[in-house]
Amino acid sequence: MTDAELSDLVARSLYAVAPDVEGEPIDPNKSFRAQFEIDSMDFLNFVIGLHKATGVEILEQDYPDLQTLSGAVAFLRQRLP
Amino acid sequence: MIEFKMPSLGADMEAATLVEWFKAPGDRVERGDIIALVETQKGAIEIEVFNEGIIGEQRIQPGRKVPVGTVLATIVGPAEEEASIPAVKTTKPVEPRPQERLTRAEEAPAPATPPSLRITPAARRRAAALGISPESLAPGSDGIIGLAQVPTGPERAHRRGAGLDLDEMRKAIGAAMVRSHRDIPHYWVMHAIDATPLFEWLETQNAIRPMERRLLYIAPLMKAVALALKQVPELNGHYKDGVFRPSPAVHMGLATALRGGGLIAPAIRDADSRTVDELMDVIAELVPRARLGRLRSSEMTDGTVTLSNLGEGNADSVFPLIYPNQVAIVGCGTACPRPWVVGNAVAIRQVIQVTLAGDHRVSHGRHAAQFLTRLSELLAHPEGL
Repeated sequence: MTDAELSDLVARSLYAVAPDVEGEPIDPNKSFRAQFEIDSMDFLNFVIGLHKATGVEILEQDYPDLQTLSGAVAFLRQRLP
Repeated sequence: MIEFKMPSLGADMEAATLVEWFKAPGDRVERGDIIALVETQKGAIEIEVFNEGIIGEQRIQPGRKVPVGTVLATIVGPAEEEASIPAVKTTKPVEPRPQERLTRAEEAPAPATPPSLRITPAARRRAAALGISPESLAPGSDGIIGLAQVPTGPERAHRRGAGLDLDEMRKAIGAAMVRSHRDIPHYWVMHAIDATPLFEWLETQNAIRPMERRLLYIAPLMKAVALALKQVPELNGHYKDGVFRPSPAVHMGLATALRGGGLIAPAIRDADSRTVDELMDVIAELVPRARLGRLRSSEMTDGTVTLSNLGEGNADSVFPLIYPNQVAIVGCGTACPRPWVVGNAVAIRQVIQVTLAGDHRVSHGRHAAQFLTRLSELLAHPEGL
């Protein structure tokens, strides 16, 4: 997948857990929490969504890498076959 | 014949607008069925029925705002139906609503979906809510069915329309808190609790659990709070008209912040007798639904106590106000590493500052201290929760 496709995938996973922010632009380097008041429940659902969409195993210690759009894209690019 | 009235869904609700009927005259209803959607200051609330029978006359049409207590419809009870409306004996079977098949928010109903179909959980949920088969949807350019590929349905229409008006919600919160501040003689007792065992247990659990079964600390924390409250009946129940009625079960309102500034505390029934995993499932399903403004009437009225958990990365402690007519609220600050005395040495431990606000007409500081001490003991042994 290209970075653009990964970026779309991450954005869709985020909107899926927070449909009330759907369509709002995402600053790639700002944390989801700071931008959209994403709490730990939303974040867990977001991580599960990423896993379901990509098959990538995500451990709790990976969570810090997934706090931003750019971080999540980099993480997936590295882990996807 | 039973008169089905506009229920009161909170201390300060006077009226609400009927948005939609989900049942028509002649439909059979059972206790717990959702029969209507009403719009209140706290969002769109699904109204449940507490009698079984058959819908008779619908006296109020969608769009009308009516006071609490107005008869919305009549329900013919089981004993009467044979005699009065024999024509409706062949009512259609009641299909389970899509939400009832969900456990976690992410585990959307999957049976009809072939494994090759790629659809986002939110899209799957919306499709299910609209009764659309996922196979009938064309995927987007990347081969995945996302929300963009699912038609806009009623769920979405209610979200920002009937669902949530944050200004109105703020007024409702204000009215409830003015009443709380005016009528309830509050006291607060705070206790710092070493929650390190809880976080260590969670880390071990989550390392071996599949992603979908991972726990957030709110689930065991809620269980511990519920069990501790169970030991101090003066903190769990309702105070009304000069009388305190303790509740045998702990139905825990969970204060839930909504993006944009709203706040709502839907009740989780029997929090004391559910397992930690069950609580996690309920919370995972409830919080997104609260944010979409789609709660049920029982969730608005059943709470016997409230838990306000600030959550990760937040402030250290909170001194909340009691939601009338409850008699206590538990506030948890964020968990953070603190110097802590263990034996004769100082160690770094994960500490949560827990505050209990109580109603002096019913309890006093000693009750709060009993609760906080018990909570501290329970959190020291999370595996037993």
